[in-house]
Amino acid sequence: MIRLENVNKYFGDLHVLKDVNLEVGEGEKLVIIGPSGSGKSTTVRCMNFLEEPSSGHVFIDGRELTAKNKTKMIRENMSMVFQQFNLYPHMTVLRNLTLAPMKLHHKTKAEAEELAYHYLDVVGLRDKAHVYPTTLSGGQQQRIAIARALCAQTKIILFDEPTSALDPETIQEVLDVMIRLAKENITMVVVTHEMGFARQVADRIVFMADGQIIEEGEPEHFFQNPENERVKQFLGKIIR
Amino acid sequence: MTEMFSAAAWRKVWTYRLTFLLGLWNTVRTAFLGLLLSVALGVIFGLMATSGKKSLKRISRVYVELIQNTPLLLQMCFVYYAFAFSGHSLSIIFTGVLALGVYHGAYMAEVIRAGIEAIPKGQFEAAHSQGFGYVSTMSEIILPQSIKIILPPMVNQVVNLIKNTSCLYIIGGADLISLTYSFVTGATTGGAYAPAYLVSGLLFFIICFPLSTLATVWETALKKRERAAVPKDDTERMVEEA
Repeated sequence: MIRLENVNKYFGDLHVLKDVNLEVGEGEKLVIIGPSGSGKSTTVRCMNFLEEPSSGHVFIDGRELTAKNKTKMIRENMSMVFQQFNLYPHMTVLRNLTLAPMKLHHKTKAEAEELAYHYLDVVGLRDKAHVYPTTLSGGQQQRIAIARALCAQTKIILFDEPTSALDPETIQEVLDVMIRLAKENITMVVVTHEMGFARQVADRIVFMADGQIIEEGEPEHFFQNPENERVKQFLGKIIR
Repeated sequence: MTEMFSAAAWRKVWTYRLTFLLGLWNTVRTAFLGLLLSVALGVIFGLMATSGKKSLKRISRVYVELIQNTPLLLQMCFVYYAFAFSGHSLSIIFTGVLALGVYHGAYMAEVIRAGIEAIPKGQFEAAHSQGFGYVSTMSEIILPQSIKIILPPMVNQVVNLIKNTSCLYIIGGADLISLTYSFVTGATTGGAYAPAYLVSGLLFFIICFPLSTLATVWETALKKRERAAVPKDDTERMVEEA
């Protein structure tokens, strides 16, 4: 579904991704973990060209993603959930959800609203349809952002640290939505620090450090006998 | 001094009231057309400055710096005389529209650039992640948010533009200031300095003050709308929860 081939990324002199190769299968739930500055966010941002790789190739469903076709490819194949939610503050929740379906996916207003209410039900926030996002709590905003991503009905959803900006008491409500989502046949790539979530949901976990994939495997293998010393150290620090 | 405010002086201004209205008319239409040009240039160069393309940014920068760092008076003379000597004599009004439009276009470009740059990067990223192209990102997501940042300084530019029609005096214009000056120094009409300039000033104020006020009111309304948009039952619930 998604394939990164020899992806390198430089920010100026900083070499943040070093020859990353990664393949995500259809319907797979891939969780990327690792210390901050390890390049995990950049990896997921390369998948939809929020960062264009300095070299290497990105393939979506067998077709190469390029600067030229990115808008169309993204529109048809993927959406994203951000750390800072990035809802559109000048629109109501409903409008946030219907904007792309109406403008980009040629849905009528009625179709788009039906879709929006359906996904508002999925995230449990139907009653917030007519409020502006800034009046909501962080957890609620993130659930709306997930609903917005779902409204595009794409096969892939990328999550870039979706719970890192949340108050501790609202993290679980967002994770619950994501856990429910993981039962669907959606390809999910999730950058997160939530190890419990990773363990419960991931088909495969990728550990990154210094711009490279150091270890990958199924959650059980990963948490019980990690081979790499850095993974052991990292898990030792993060799981208490 | 007392003569300057004499009833005779006021009467003279009243007798020649059409001169002032003609000046006002010329000022207003020059300003209006100049405004259209300046907004068009401002949008084009403002978008170029935020396009992320180096060459476009540079072109925009050169335009803005060149115009902002030379006097309007000079630009106006340049346009007028450069065209005159190349055999294409321009009308004063056209010169005014061109010079004022280009001059304020540089300031409009900066206002629009600042308005766009004030929108958090996450908004552009969200639009990108949904598959919005450049035009729809700008028209649906970025500019509707920029507008309340852009509006007040932009209206200030409109007010400045109206006042700057006075520079037309240097090329023998027929705007309000030029006509006022001809009036007070004219052989048959001269002398009524104080009433003439007061009337002239009042006319400027009548045009400019409502604009400034409108901008303030509009800005406040736009800001309020986003806060007040919670339906009543939700507000009550939030109050109860709090």
